[in-house]
Amino acid sequence: MPPETILPARRHALPPGLIVLALAAVVLAASIAFMTVGVKGNWAYVLELRGRKLAAIVLVATATAVSTILFQTITGNRILTPSIIGFDALYALLQTVLVFFLGAGRVAAFDPRLLFLLEAASMLALALLLYRWLFLGERRSLHLLLLVGVVFGLIFRSITQLLQRIMDPNEFVVLQDRLFASFNGVNPVLIGMSATAIGLVGLAIWKRRFVMDVLLLGREPAIGLGVDYRRLVTLILVLVSVLVASSTALVGPINGFEPISFYGVLVANLTYLLLPTFSHRFLLPAAAMIGILLIAGGQLVLETLLGFDSAVGIVIEFAGGLVFVFLLLKGLAR
Amino acid sequence: MIEVEGLTKRYGATAVVDDVSLRLPEGRLTAVIGPNGAGKSTLLSMIARLMKPDTGRIRVAGLDVASTAGEVLARRLSILRQENHITARLTVGDLVAFGRFPHSGGRPGPEDARHVAEALAALDLAPFRDRFLDELSGGQRQRAFVAMTLAQDADCMLFDEPLASLDIRHAISMMELLRDLCRNKGKTVVLVLHDINIAANFADGVVAMKDGRIEAVGDTGEVMTGERLSRLYGLPISVERNGGSCIVNYFRSRD
Repeated sequence: MPPETILPARRHALPPGLIVLALAAVVLAASIAFMTVGVKGNWAYVLELRGRKLAAIVLVATATAVSTILFQTITGNRILTPSIIGFDALYALLQTVLVFFLGAGRVAAFDPRLLFLLEAASMLALALLLYRWLFLGERRSLHLLLLVGVVFGLIFRSITQLLQRIMDPNEFVVLQDRLFASFNGVNPVLIGMSATAIGLVGLAIWKRRFVMDVLLLGREPAIGLGVDYRRLVTLILVLVSVLVASSTALVGPINGFEPISFYGVLVANLTYLLLPTFSHRFLLPAAAMIGILLIAGGQLVLETLLGFDSAVGIVIEFAGGLVFVFLLLKGLAR
Repeated sequence: MIEVEGLTKRYGATAVVDDVSLRLPEGRLTAVIGPNGAGKSTLLSMIARLMKPDTGRIRVAGLDVASTAGEVLARRLSILRQENHITARLTVGDLVAFGRFPHSGGRPGPEDARHVAEALAALDLAPFRDRFLDELSGGQRQRAFVAMTLAQDADCMLFDEPLASLDIRHAISMMELLRDLCRNKGKTVVLVLHDINIAANFADGVVAMKDGRIEAVGDTGEVMTGERLSRLYGLPISVERNGGSCIVNYFRSRD
């Protein structure tokens, strides 16, 4: 039998389980540093304040990282994030409408729990409405869904901008503050509500960690292997929506309502780079931890040590943007 | 055993598969042949529940395809389609192991490992186990997908153009392998084939399709006659039997 050319196998990467453990250790160390570095004065007060901030970071990072990886798995695309469906745009529209019609003062006086539920519920409603477009029976419907999402996002953004143009400038300043993710002074009750939602979704996802790998093969092979494709993809989209909705309602849109969250792209692709595996049981926890490290570590270095104020978001989006451009060019070069 | 009754699929006004009824007994290798657009792939896709028929019923190994749970069916029926694009970076071993998913649920045991090793060996892929799919040639990748389908170890195996981009040696050895699965393991294998010479020499039975309808169905010797094939493809074709082999000649009669 004539031998075929065989290149030597290149597989000297660390086992993914070990990388996840190492990441966990780094996250733990970073969290301790985050809580304790540079504490002056009243320890109890500072720990409580920083604890809340860390909890919010952990929730938002986990929700964003996990939802991005899952979204990329079902779309088979490594530069998409759930925000393409227009979640963040809807959040911005909602805030703008509230401030525009009720006034900044009255919105600030709202019960934050009620506002949280309202925001989360309307984002979920949008997602479910969109998924009615999802006839996954035959092909291309996922792309149709994405396109419809992009159009929705455009409409939301246009209305938002119109309202902001004709708004009282003083109110606009208050509104702008609400439209950027902030981990400071997050209400502990909301942290509890969002943690419950994200935890339950996490359990539902963990239960399906193996079947999610099969989705990487695409629709037809997955069905051939016995996956109820339409049901699973719809379920994942709903879970992704709950994740995005509860994290956005907690701190605001992490990407400052641009159509693409570079933070999500950055976290997901760092994860793929670090873990040479397709297994969601490694990818998902690793992505969550990388997400936490980026925000918490970034805050620690930039704000606590170097003294820049709230520059992390900008730095992360910048780095994410570079990764995005790199991925695009790599895709073009192929 | 695959039973199809009154199967129809329409796109707009044109019926791609038009009221097709079929019975494919088990333990046989059946080739589906016919010109482009005959509805061969659509028929296969509907049998494998990748596409919903407009009307008609399909039973595979006694199970109704429309109502049986996907995971139950996946242990009795496998399909390999013509085009397979995977965006994730998988090795050959990873891909073939996916074939065991209906049995292992993602947690492979020793039995699964044995099936994967056998499938890799059967398709000459053992040395490529740790290679990534995007580092393989088209033919090697095609064999990896066939190996995945074999590892699934279903009673009925459907393949759409499994010989695409294979060299002659691998095409012949794959056909021998599939014939062997029918003879010795009682599998039912259905292939869409464009190479009618391969069909004439390896298939037990042939289904000839044209314009969404079945033109002829039966044992290979019965269906593969010069007259029938000429009508099917609209081209003068002669069939020459030469000892044990059969040559479908579509060149000589042109001059």
